[in-house]
Amino acid sequence: MSKLPSKRTEINVGPQHPALKEPETFKVVIEGEKVVEAEPILGHVHRGIEKLAESRDYNKVLYLAERICGICSFAHQANYAKGVEMIAEVEAPPRAQYLRMLVAELERLHSHMLWVGVLAHEIGFDTYYLLVWKDREIIMDMLEDLTGNRVNYGMNKVGGVRQDLSPELKKEFIEKIPLIREKLEEIKTIALEDPTIKARCNNVGIISGELARQTCVTGPTARASGINWDLRRDSPYFAYDEVKFNVPISEKGDVFSKIVLRIEEMFESVNIIEQVLEMIPDGEIFNKVPSRLNGKAVSRIEAPRGENFHYIDFRESKQPYRMRVRAPTYANLASSVKVLIGHHIADVPVIVAANDPCFSCTDRTLVIDKDRGKKKLLTKEQLRLLGIKTYKEGIL
Amino acid sequence: MENPPLVKKTLQKKRVGIFSRFGLKITTWARKRSPWLLHMNTGSCNGCDIEILAALTPRLDAERFGVKLVGSPRHADVLVCTGPVTLEMEEALIQTYQQMPHPKFVMVVGSCGATGGVFKNSYNVKNGVDQVIPVDIYVPGCPPKPEAIFMGIAQLIQKIENLGLIGEEKQESSSNTQEVETMETIA
Ligand code: SF4
Repeated sequence: MSKLPSKRTEINVGPQHPALKEPETFKVVIEGEKVVEAEPILGHVHRGIEKLAESRDYNKVLYLAERICGICSFAHQANYAKGVEMIAEVEAPPRAQYLRMLVAELERLHSHMLWVGVLAHEIGFDTYYLLVWKDREIIMDMLEDLTGNRVNYGMNKVGGVRQDLSPELKKEFIEKIPLIREKLEEIKTIALEDPTIKARCNNVGIISGELARQTCVTGPTARASGINWDLRRDSPYFAYDEVKFNVPISEKGDVFSKIVLRIEEMFESVNIIEQVLEMIPDGEIFNKVPSRLNGKAVSRIEAPRGENFHYIDFRESKQPYRMRVRAPTYANLASSVKVLIGHHIADVPVIVAANDPCFSCTDRTLVIDKDRGKKKLLTKEQLRLLGIKTYKEGIL
Repeated sequence: MENPPLVKKTLQKKRVGIFSRFGLKITTWARKRSPWLLHMNTGSCNGCDIEILAALTPRLDAERFGVKLVGSPRHADVLVCTGPVTLEMEEALIQTYQQMPHPKFVMVVGSCGATGGVFKNSYNVKNGVDQVIPVDIYVPGCPPKPEAIFMGIAQLIQKIENLGLIGEEKQESSSNTQEVETMETIA
């Protein structure tokens, strides 16, 4: 690679994408093959949700909140419901709290599995991707059996939940737990032992503890950099103070440690699900809430990708006066921009995907050679293949 | 969806020569065997996107029908759109559509791509993909199950087949405006 002239080249990555990620554009300046500058351009999926919420009844906003993101849909909806309950000074009954916890952990499982698959796809290890996604269907089936839907569950109401867990379903879930553990063990073994994953992810995209603090990252991204912070433990909501679980931490902060950390988190989620199924109390699943509300609330939840923040303001009305959402991806964005600098262009998709599948959008890439004014179109797929090819020839 | 009288008419009128008729048969056969999809997120919530991927992964495995996701518009036969089309993505959507080779088909997955869905009448969305480019197949649901997406693909394959049979006879089936529009783009 050293033969290439080190000329500054600007690359626009995005916004259309073939894999999973949202359309976002990244402006990357490279010198030779090294990234020297990176800048995200946001707003491709701005749908005006906050404004729409102001014109809707608080029950309808539930469905809007759910559709902020289809992957952590439950986290957004439960967070909103929790906030409105705080304003109304109504608590969801204990059984509803446990059911929320159950769905939240199932969602974390499916989201992390999805992420492992997407990362495997980015490094060109499609067998692993399909393997993980096959196992993910077990979780999706459980979610569908419980809530009636695979992605946007519509599980929450303000004041409780909509669907109850029947005794038969509970039995079925308990029977499925060893199977999930077994599949997770398989996923973990491959992640730890496969040379492809090691070669592409070890020591790539290191976010040091200091950088993590400076850029205010949250969730697994922060925990992989040694920041010991998990809202489920440090500011418990639902019934997280009644179940026992560990918060896995890693010091290194590279992509590989993020894979391992997320797999560890999945094991903890299974532990929580097991305890929830054991301890779930009987009773009501829903409490009534007055139709007009007054007050403000800040509600936080540990979503699969990090801290999810909702600010809700009611002024003697049915509709929220103001709703503000801060999703974890937004918090993690700054760190991945910093970390790209100094890396090989072939590592860009991996590093960007490492923080969050809700984010990277390296899709149609426009290479502008400033000096010659020549334009060249690259797709994200080509960028991915370039990455795989470079590593095949160079390092592996 | 069979349309035998129409085919007969085409043959009688001898609008297409014997060689081009044979060529048409071959291209139709090739097209319906392996529709390559280009997935484009036009402002969706990701819900439909992960379900599209779920339709391609081992449980349903759409690849056994030759259905494959590709990365570049220039390789694609079918543009799969999700999302209500935000103003920011409108330009990109049109560009991507123009970059695709003929014949091109558009499939919309999800309610918000069809009508705007929950985001309807927001200040930043176009209320559906059909406001921007012509659409062939809608798969409703928020999000539709992978099985439904699968069925959408199957129906699209049937549509491609019928288009091949109809050939250049486009005005005859003017009951569906969208269909006519696509056929015009083929001609
Ligand atoms: S139809 Fe529903 S699930 Fe699909 S992208 Fe739109 S809001 Fe999300």
